[in-house]
Amino acid sequence: MLATSLDPLAITALDPLGWARAQMALTLMFHIVLVPLGVSWAFMTLIANYRALKHHDRDALMLAQRWSKYMAVTFAVGAVTGTVLSFEFGLLWPRFMDQWGEAFGVPFAFEGIFFFTEAIFIAIYIYGWRRLTPWTHFWSGVPIVVAGIFGSISVVAANAWMNAPAGFTTGSDGSVVAVDPVRVIFNDSMPLQAAHMLVAAYLVGGFLVASVYATAMLRGRTDRYHRSAFLISFSVAAVAAPIQMGVGDSLARWVYDNQPVKFAAIELVPTTSSDVPETLLGRLDADGTVSGGIPIPGLASWLSDPSTGRATVVQGLDTVPPDARPTVGQVNIVHLSWDVMVGLGTLLFLLAAWYGLTWLFRRRMPRSRLFLVAAATSGVLAVIAMEAGWIVTEVGRQPWIVYGLMKVEDAVTGNTGVWLSFIVIALVYLAVGITTVLVLRAMSRRFRRAGGFVDHDAPYAPSEPPTPSVPEQEEVR
Amino acid sequence: MSTAVAVVLLVAVIAYAVLGGADFGAGFWDLTAGGPQRGARPRDLVERAIGPVWEANHVWLIFILVILWTSFPEAYASITLTLFVPMMIAALGIVLRGASFAFRKTVVALRYRRIFGAAFAASSVLVPYCMGAIVGGIASGRVPAGGVAGDPARSWINPTSVVGGVLAVAAAAYLAAVYLVQDARRLDEPDMAQHFRRRALVSAVAVAVIAAAGAFVLRADAGHLFDGLTSRALPAVIVSGVCGVGALVLLHRDASRGARALGVVAVAAAVAAWGLAQSPYVLPESLTFSAAAAPTGTLTAVLVAAVLAVVVVVPGFVLLFVLDRRGLLPAEGLEDEADDVLEERPRQRTHSSGHDGA
Repeated sequence: MLATSLDPLAITALDPLGWARAQMALTLMFHIVLVPLGVSWAFMTLIANYRALKHHDRDALMLAQRWSKYMAVTFAVGAVTGTVLSFEFGLLWPRFMDQWGEAFGVPFAFEGIFFFTEAIFIAIYIYGWRRLTPWTHFWSGVPIVVAGIFGSISVVAANAWMNAPAGFTTGSDGSVVAVDPVRVIFNDSMPLQAAHMLVAAYLVGGFLVASVYATAMLRGRTDRYHRSAFLISFSVAAVAAPIQMGVGDSLARWVYDNQPVKFAAIELVPTTSSDVPETLLGRLDADGTVSGGIPIPGLASWLSDPSTGRATVVQGLDTVPPDARPTVGQVNIVHLSWDVMVGLGTLLFLLAAWYGLTWLFRRRMPRSRLFLVAAATSGVLAVIAMEAGWIVTEVGRQPWIVYGLMKVEDAVTGNTGVWLSFIVIALVYLAVGITTVLVLRAMSRRFRRAGGFVDHDAPYAPSEPPTPSVPEQEEVR
Repeated sequence: MSTAVAVVLLVAVIAYAVLGGADFGAGFWDLTAGGPQRGARPRDLVERAIGPVWEANHVWLIFILVILWTSFPEAYASITLTLFVPMMIAALGIVLRGASFAFRKTVVALRYRRIFGAAFAASSVLVPYCMGAIVGGIASGRVPAGGVAGDPARSWINPTSVVGGVLAVAAAAYLAAVYLVQDARRLDEPDMAQHFRRRALVSAVAVAVIAAAGAFVLRADAGHLFDGLTSRALPAVIVSGVCGVGALVLLHRDASRGARALGVVAVAAAVAAWGLAQSPYVLPESLTFSAAAAPTGTLTAVLVAAVLAVVVVVPGFVLLFVLDRRGLLPAEGLEDEADDVLEERPRQRTHSSGHDGA
């Protein structure tokens, strides 16, 4: 035994399954942070651009210009990290692609068109500032928004298909012999899942951008430029937040109806019963009992189907054999992620409500420092909520890669070198991730040095000495 | 129907080769441009030339992968199982290249520009080499059918793959140089035009030598491909050769136009020749396109997507390239110009950029 463990070849014989999972998770969870920016930032930029042209608003114009320059960076990183995923579907899950590529791939064929459109028009928009006429330039940005929406719907359609496989016929040997592309794309899970991700893109994108400007305002940069940036981005997020509560709730009920095992993991339900409590935190133990956490009696049943209330029966994990349900560890990951997603989602919703109500009654944004502090953290919280939601969907489907039809362990590559590619990818992504943030910060600092806006006498004490800026504009308050 | 999809696939590969390939080649010239002083102007030209177009050109690769796995899933499984290493390296190289190119444009400090520039340029060479090696492995019949893994090393470390890899790097560099000559002329930088004209000539000769030497390698190492190139694909080979020589002559005479079009046709015809020589196999001599094909419903969807792509994407590309060529997409500057969009803008032409690939 000792001899084999010292054998340098032993390390190359590591089971690829865990490494492949880790690599897929890493690359997807990295890419998914860039998705909201790709989908919703262009929309926010166009709002600023529209304002600039319609009302001759220079702050808004500068905002749109700078945002488009940041977008150039995040879009590039998103484009290349997305490409990696296309490679990985085959590199990590070749048997999945072999058997199901003809169905799973269909939405991607259409996604390609949207991605082309997005890449073409984002180039025209980003590079066209100085030469296109202002309104032509504005309209060149509109296809980015439209393509971003349909592109993300297409990708989510493929993921939804893994949750609700449909639109194919299998032959006697289990291989796919006929495909109905329309039913593949418009599978049962697609409408709600796509809506959930699309709204998430606007919610996360909005909060992420807004949090940067909230931080700047806390540091005393409360000029009109920063406030405009905050108002546009935070308003987008604030509109998305309540919609997301509704969409998320509907999707949870869809999971209750169609993926009972995932639902049981979400709600931590070991055995089928009615009057199921909503357990906040807590964990499933190896013996199948739930310990810890704060149970709210009957709430999970009631939420699953309010019409039958606490009498609603929720299927338990034990209704399927152990090898057809997530492991105890996976159940706990799913449940915790669910709590994180719903908890943070609710907090963000309350923040949005604060903002909305203040606008409604006072016709201005909240002035309290606490609000700005909360808004400054909202971006990170929104990203965490989205990642948690991704974990719920993906880990909750385990052990299936195609729900009920193919297990992850049967899909994985036989290539034993995945551990190495994982390590290299992890290092490269770490470097790219850190550099992206540093580059964006450097751009922002340079923009600030270049001047173009004025620091106001802020209602909030500046926490750093005001940067020297060149007053160019009238102060508008 | 599987033939129609195979043609779509080939067209996408050609588009990627002549559009995306040139962007990689630009990275090659970036790499070899010399120190920060001497290389500043060529690098600047490269940056302006590929800046607005590389992402759109890059999407062709994603389109190719999607068509391949959707329409010929068994082949994709075999390819990814066998050629795991070069594909993973290519994927990583793509991330490094795209990210560092975007980063380099935005940073000012020379030190960081050099780091990002080096990552961009080195991966611009690494990725096409891997692509060429992958093609070589497939074309020489080293990827077995049936969704099983072939030899993980010799499938891409073999004579045909070496020829494929080196040829891909050289052809990309050649195309890029030809485009950059045109870009330099349009931007009124005659010395840069000469700079890249010399490089276009050298790389044209290099491509021809590699291709000629490669023919002997293929005859010994990839019999099916060699037979195809000398029979079914012979017309495409001849077109490629004639156009290549024509482009060389025009470049030598410093002709004002025509070299680029001929250069593009030469490379496109060479890629088409590979496709024709390999047909009817997606994996030579073990799996045909029709045997690997997905069910009719899937192929129909892919063809519909392809038609939609022609309707939607081609006009978009034409618009992008036309705007680019007319200098309406100047390099995104670092300075803010909030004022001159709202007010009367000076109409003088400063910098324009880009290459028109078609």
